Amino acid sequence: MTRKVVITGLGATTPIGGDVPTMWQNALKGVSGAHTLEDDWVAKYELPVHFAARCTTPALDVLSRVEAKRMDPSTQFGVIASREAWADSGITEIDPDRLAVAFATGIGGVWTLLDAWDTLKEKGPRRVLPMTVPMLMPNGVAAAVSLDLGARAGAHTPVSACASGTEAMHLGLDLIRSGKADVAMCGGAEAAIHPMPLAAFSSMQALSRRNDDPEHASRPYDLDRDGFVMGEGAGALVLEAEEHALARGARIYGELAGTSVTADAYHITAPDPQGLGATRALKAAMFDGRIQAEDVVHVNAHATSTPVGDKPEYTALKAALGNHVENVAVSATKSQMGHLLGASGAVEAVLTVLAVHERMAPVTINLENQDPEIPLDVVTSARALPAGDIVALSNSFGFGGHNAVVAIRSV
Amino acid sequence: MASNEEILAGLAEIVNEETGLAPEAVELDKSFTEDLDIDSISMMTIVVNAEEKFGVRIPDEEVKNLKTVGDAVDFISGAQA
Repeated sequence: MTRKVVITGLGATTPIGGDVPTMWQNALKGVSGAHTLEDDWVAKYELPVHFAARCTTPALDVLSRVEAKRMDPSTQFGVIASREAWADSGITEIDPDRLAVAFATGIGGVWTLLDAWDTLKEKGPRRVLPMTVPMLMPNGVAAAVSLDLGARAGAHTPVSACASGTEAMHLGLDLIRSGKADVAMCGGAEAAIHPMPLAAFSSMQALSRRNDDPEHASRPYDLDRDGFVMGEGAGALVLEAEEHALARGARIYGELAGTSVTADAYHITAPDPQGLGATRALKAAMFDGRIQAEDVVHVNAHATSTPVGDKPEYTALKAALGNHVENVAVSATKSQMGHLLGASGAVEAVLTVLAVHERMAPVTINLENQDPEIPLDVVTSARALPAGDIVALSNSFGFGGHNAVVAIRSV
Repeated sequence: MASNEEILAGLAEIVNEETGLAPEAVELDKSFTEDLDIDSISMMTIVVNAEEKFGVRIPDEEVKNLKTVGDAVDFISGAQA
């Protein structure tokens, strides 16, 4: 008998809200978190992209100065989201040896790394501070969350580019099902709104250039989409063995019914145009959760707003759900908050859990002329989801051909 | 050339920046590890910041001899001379 795993705590800090209630309200309203960057480095380095979606709440408004000093900005966001999720779970006592962490990042401590490089060049090796290594290492966020919670059943960092946050939940589910932990703090964090990653993503033509109108730049499924908008932030979810949650009378948001991870083995960045890897991921997550196509009422799509990326996801959804795909309410929440890279899967999982729990699908903004090759039923104003037993899926795909899917079932 | 009082005040500021400890807690007879609970990574950060502030060089092998705040003030004062 497989252990059932439920979700009992949610946390987030994002470009459309610094906590879960604010983010959720905005996600139903439909707002844009993308704005023109006022930083002097935009002009200094003549960046081709002048905007991004920054977190609404600066980390220093939440963390103490001394605490923040020892964390890369990505870790700061991760710890903020993890603390919110932990408080939300209501867990007051737990055996630390039964609490695991799976906290992902796509890029890791890029600010710390590049600041230290600048310091080395300008001031020499003596001024490169001793905290540099623990702050730049990709496992820095999982380690900080583990320290913060006293979690001792292992602290893991799945790294699979933009699928990382979703893969963290896949790992968390495994850890609990296999009996290695009773509770897992899962999530993803990213803080890469720095001139170098902006230049690098621009150079591969991945970012929107709609500099004169940032709020309308992220437009998944729209004919005029021209790339994604860089976002930042973190999402966190407390996964818990059902019997553990029931024993303490926890509030249960939903069941993490199934997860999957597959690889395209097709191209280092381009998605397989047939969406075969994504199709296998969708089918595997549904098989894992004993889910029939007809059970699925909502999908939080990966949908980054790139010309080449949005369509293969449709192809995959159609292959996995068949004609039932027409009946599924699809939300592309990156339209609102941009692409949080390694954090996106975690934040979108939070939204998907809330969609199932609150029976409301969040809004896709900026859809004016829907691409006729992607005839999905896209949610453009908050829409109620049906009563009864329902399932929602959240997809994430990453450079490297990583595909990850989570399936949330109502309880 | 900073006086010992000025060095102490400057060190207290650096310690406060790194650890959040109140500057007035940073007294000459306080041990960095025992009394101020400063770990080795923070100690190295404080050393590097003190080098920049006071224009001195504190060799790595000297750092383990700086047990108290007073030791650090004396070393910096001597190094400036």
